[in-house]
Amino acid sequence: MSILIDQKTRVVVQGITGKEGSFHAKQCVAYGTKIVAGTSPGKGGTSVDGIPVFNTVAEAVEKEGATASLIFVPPMFAADAVLEAIDGKLDLVVCITEGIPTADMLRVKNVIMRSKTRLIGPNCPGIISPGKAKLGIMPARIHQEGPVGVISRSGTLTYEAVWQLTCLGIGQSTCIGIGGDPIIGSTFLDLLPLFSADRDTKALVMIGEIGGSAEQEAAQYIKAHYKMPVVGFIAGQTAPPGRRMGHAGAIISGGKETAEEKMRIMEEAGITVARSPAEIGEKIKSLIKS
Amino acid sequence: MKVHEYQAKAILRKYSVACPRGEVAYTPSEARDIAARLGKKVVVKAQIHAGGRGKGGGIKLAATPDEAEKAAKEVIGMCLKTYQTGPQGRIVKRVLVEEASDIKKELYLGIVIDRRTAAPVIMASRSGGVEIEKVAELTPELIFREYIDITAGFQPYQARKLAFAMRLPSTVLSKAIAFMQALYRVFQESDASLVEINPLILTEDDNLLALDAKINFDDNALTRHPDIREMRDLEEEDPLEVEASKYNLNYIKLDGNIGCMVNGAGLAMATMDIIKLAGGSPANFLDVGGGASEEQVKNAFRILLSDKNVKAVLINIFGGIVRCDIVAQGIVRAAQELGLHVPMVVRIEGTNVEQGRAILQESGLNFTVATGMKDAAEKVVAVSRG
Repeated sequence: MSILIDQKTRVVVQGITGKEGSFHAKQCVAYGTKIVAGTSPGKGGTSVDGIPVFNTVAEAVEKEGATASLIFVPPMFAADAVLEAIDGKLDLVVCITEGIPTADMLRVKNVIMRSKTRLIGPNCPGIISPGKAKLGIMPARIHQEGPVGVISRSGTLTYEAVWQLTCLGIGQSTCIGIGGDPIIGSTFLDLLPLFSADRDTKALVMIGEIGGSAEQEAAQYIKAHYKMPVVGFIAGQTAPPGRRMGHAGAIISGGKETAEEKMRIMEEAGITVARSPAEIGEKIKSLIKS
Repeated sequence: MKVHEYQAKAILRKYSVACPRGEVAYTPSEARDIAARLGKKVVVKAQIHAGGRGKGGGIKLAATPDEAEKAAKEVIGMCLKTYQTGPQGRIVKRVLVEEASDIKKELYLGIVIDRRTAAPVIMASRSGGVEIEKVAELTPELIFREYIDITAGFQPYQARKLAFAMRLPSTVLSKAIAFMQALYRVFQESDASLVEINPLILTEDDNLLALDAKINFDDNALTRHPDIREMRDLEEEDPLEVEASKYNLNYIKLDGNIGCMVNGAGLAMATMDIIKLAGGSPANFLDVGGGASEEQVKNAFRILLSDKNVKAVLINIFGGIVRCDIVAQGIVRAAQELGLHVPMVVRIEGTNVEQGRAILQESGLNFTVATGMKDAAEKVVAVSRG
């Protein structure tokens, strides 16, 4: 009843000795995630809350059998951390770090496209498969196990949507924040096939933003391949053009990147578009009932 | 981050990208001296971070140093209104005085990152000197693109393709290749998000020159370019936005009357959207970020309230990493220190929400509690109307 991660996923936390890294590693463990190792160059041989710390990802893979990584490394060093994780042949890398230079992400993206590793993020809240595992910084208690997949470019807006679902008694299969940067490891399009292949995901919430064309490409895929209902929302309907709205990726630089245009294409593709962010949960409820 | 045209040209010159000779002037007499040094007909160009300066009267031709001084007198201090400045316009503080060029052809060159292919793309067009967005809309067949494989780099054949597409004479082919490759190096080595030469001109004596230049930089990469960061002109930015950036707050001033404080960019945009749906108008975008401290919340609140258009405040916090009790303490401290003179609607949810609500309740502050986003938006719109 989930994609990408479950209770068997063996995780290494890169940057585990930092404030954020140690705090969230603990939270993830408390949720039941198998955090088997951490890395911090120069601090190999120590431990954080009983989690062994290594100098390199390669050691964490060799000694603890890590298959996934969760990254809390500062922005100027984060691209290097992702590349190290790819070199360690991990299946999945989740990069939480915000503020990575775009040029660094171009290099990472070019390497990742030729590797077997899947990258989620950067600048994202991570992934949670409720009741199984979380690789991220989202508050665990707002989630509930269930049939709805959630995929989003945003962090707290995802929490809002999840909370609406949980309050209506509707649980989630897996929730993924793909990140708010212009260049991200996995787009909507990359992850949509995983949700449709998951037998236990019965409906999907897709939360986009102004800027870029990722939602339009996702809509075309949904139109051609999806059988389950999809509810969409686009943040930034009232955003002025040319201004970066917090996320580096959320800037309208052409007519096709506006919320209005994205919502139009999504509706054409058969997606139920919530005009108001407060209607996301209700729309899902009405679709899975009918 | 944006820079002025003269600053962009200074960067281009470092990479041997040909630009007309010129210097920046802050006073009419400086403009006169520069014109005298250049010793020929000059153009006096207003330096503001917005396009459309010519149409707004910010660019003037001057045949003599006297005329240059007179032109600078008219331009410096003027309130320049263009399609990019908005109706309030921008006060001109400096001008670029540069030699006038004989234009045979006006072309376009631009470099940006294409998100879909995750590659830099070089765009060229033989219709330069006009808004490229208009060209893209009306005559898309006149824009040519070359995508760069970042491991191999920008290849000469790609530059040749663009040069031929721009119908440049073969006599300037090698100059064109060198120009484009130098421009790509600027893009790459300075962590630019946009490099745009519009127009790129072919002169009567078959030289290629960057007549105008625009460079935007990736804010995330500025820490490794201290020299570029020095070029930031705070006077070109909204004072409240500058103030907010000191505290790592993401604030953008808008023209409505409902001040918003939200954590997370997506939720902040969605909050603006739902205010609009409820019939109101947001005064700003304000994201206090993922790890806001009490101090940050306090500063956010102060900046929010210093906008005189604000008639009501909406606080929408979904605590994840940010704890609701910390946010509540920040709000209470700020309201006590600054005095809360407008109605406030608070919607908090998530981590430590009970403690947060208790802190607000016990503060004695006058505010309205909302249960969800819709309720919050409706309540704040109602109180903003008085």
